Amino acid sequence: MKKVYVNEKWCLGCHLCEYYCAFAGTNEKDMARALKDIKINPRIRIEEKDGVSFAVSCRHCDEPLCVKGCITGALTRKDGVITINKDKCVSCYTCILCCPFGAIAPSEQGAVQKCELCVKSAAGTPACVKGCPNGAIVFEERG
Amino acid sequence: MFDFTEVNPMAINFLYPNYEVERNYDRCISCRACERQCANEVHEYLPDQNKMVCDDSKCVNCQRCVSICPTRALKIVKTNNTYKENANWTGKAINEVYRQAGSGGVLLSSMGNPENYPVYFDKILLNASQVTNPSIDPLREPMETKVFLGAKPKAIERDARGRIVNNLPPHLSLSMPVMFSAMSFGSISYNAHESLARAAEELGIMYNTGEGGLHEDFYRYGKNTIVQVASGRFGVHPDYLNSGAAIEIKMGQGAKPGIGGHLPGAKIIGDVSRTRMIPEGTDAISPAPHHDIYSIEDLRQLVYSLKEATEYKKPVIVKIAAVHNVSAIASGIARSGADIIAIDGFRGGTGAAPTRIRDHVGIPIELALASVDRRLREEGIRDNVSLVVGGSIRSSADIVKAVALGADCVYIATSALLALGCHLCGSCHTGKCNWGIATQNPELVKRLNPNLGYKRLVNLLTAWKHEIKEMMGGMGINSIESLKGNRLMLRGVGLNEKELEILGIKYAGE
Repeated sequence: MKKVYVNEKWCLGCHLCEYYCAFAGTNEKDMARALKDIKINPRIRIEEKDGVSFAVSCRHCDEPLCVKGCITGALTRKDGVITINKDKCVSCYTCILCCPFGAIAPSEQGAVQKCELCVKSAAGTPACVKGCPNGAIVFEERG
Repeated sequence: MFDFTEVNPMAINFLYPNYEVERNYDRCISCRACERQCANEVHEYLPDQNKMVCDDSKCVNCQRCVSICPTRALKIVKTNNTYKENANWTGKAINEVYRQAGSGGVLLSSMGNPENYPVYFDKILLNASQVTNPSIDPLREPMETKVFLGAKPKAIERDARGRIVNNLPPHLSLSMPVMFSAMSFGSISYNAHESLARAAEELGIMYNTGEGGLHEDFYRYGKNTIVQVASGRFGVHPDYLNSGAAIEIKMGQGAKPGIGGHLPGAKIIGDVSRTRMIPEGTDAISPAPHHDIYSIEDLRQLVYSLKEATEYKKPVIVKIAAVHNVSAIASGIARSGADIIAIDGFRGGTGAAPTRIRDHVGIPIELALASVDRRLREEGIRDNVSLVVGGSIRSSADIVKAVALGADCVYIATSALLALGCHLCGSCHTGKCNWGIATQNPELVKRLNPNLGYKRLVNLLTAWKHEIKEMMGGMGINSIESLKGNRLMLRGVGLNEKELEILGIKYAGE
């Protein structure tokens, strides 16, 4: 299946993926209106140190520890994509502790949030991939 | 040089910033992308106010922040601060005096001559077929854009049994009459070079190393590479000469005729130093002349030295700047054993040149080309060489006009850099190119991803090829060779008798 991959060689650390991700989570048409005066809480985040930077989001692991750890069955893996059912989530944050990549975070709506490859909001290519100005984030099939 | 700021750090600043960064605060979401992407440090984030601010005085108008802003909150405008209006003493002229009075230095500029001289390509119109001679639809009928560069055989030779002997001198074969002109590794980045090399390979054309040697990673693109030998002889060794498809001797450059080159020691680091074969941190100074070439006979010696070194397998190009007596010089070169003459017009680009040289020396390529082509034909030596012209070929229409004026092929560089993101801010010489093209700073170089860059170059030239075919088809011509020197396909507008005579074309309506 297609997943989001990041090549740190081309990551500029511009953080635009974070803003495109946050925008994709809103239902606004206009980015300025959607994100004006808002502190964003994106599902992809840039890690940077000593001139190296890269974006980190859910790896959609084949054996996901978050799904195994979830006490309510809110996290499920279907067709390779791990998604969160916010109605079932009780905010115990076990998944946050389990995830080795730090790719799950609390959300403002009282549940956890994670990258769902934009399957719920936009069809096709995830927003971070579309928005990356340097082709550092790709959405592709890998072995 | 006397720097007033040393004596009086608060000395009056005579210069008002040229540009103003206009931020639409209704649209700015303070994502700080502009701040992170500006190597000139124009933008700054104020955390206590969650607000972006700018220092206009540092802006070079490269448009990087404007292009990357996700909400289109930015634009750069020309300042409307004005001196008392004066048609003679323009704001630019006054500012240049102020700058030199402050610094004591020669003014430096980058990219091509931006001054308001005539652009002859824009005063030439193309023909099309109507009624009596059918036009050709390139989508339905074959259309040939392939060209071969090099000397043409003088006569058909046959062996004792009457079979034709192949006496064709070494040639370059191109899928269309365009090549990327010389830009050295050092003046442009590794990623820019990789983009050009990969695009040349995919398009079946050539790119040119410039005088900076050839990075070891790029030897694999050898069959699409022209290796350059210039007055500094940087990076020249036997493998280098043999790695390319042709060798170019650079005698001059359109942006700075009569001037050498100077890549500052600060840029001679790592791979650049190794590729140029000079120690790290030393200035790479290319002398104005080749110190072993003071005549056509001397040039002939270098042409044959290079042919000898490559076993007469590769065509040799001699590149000169378009200057006043260019046709006499070209006539000499055509007799020197060179296979191809490249002429660079006064609008050709550069990574750095003294402003006065760039803006006031040389002649337009259209006139140089027409005059060289005529002179070589008159002297019966046109077939000794192919003609390649550069110096601001901006579109496929310019290519078609250049070919009809007698060129075999054109060189493009500025338009190639534009395809890679260049916005012609003309600050290459600062080494802080925000588009990752004219810089060696690794943080900036990575902004040009060759995987994206080479595709944009391929797209540009693929589009141009379609357009060339359309224009040729309209004229009822199905091969670029039939267009070459076909001045009947050209008419002038807004030109005087002398200009028409030099171009060898008729006035519109004639």
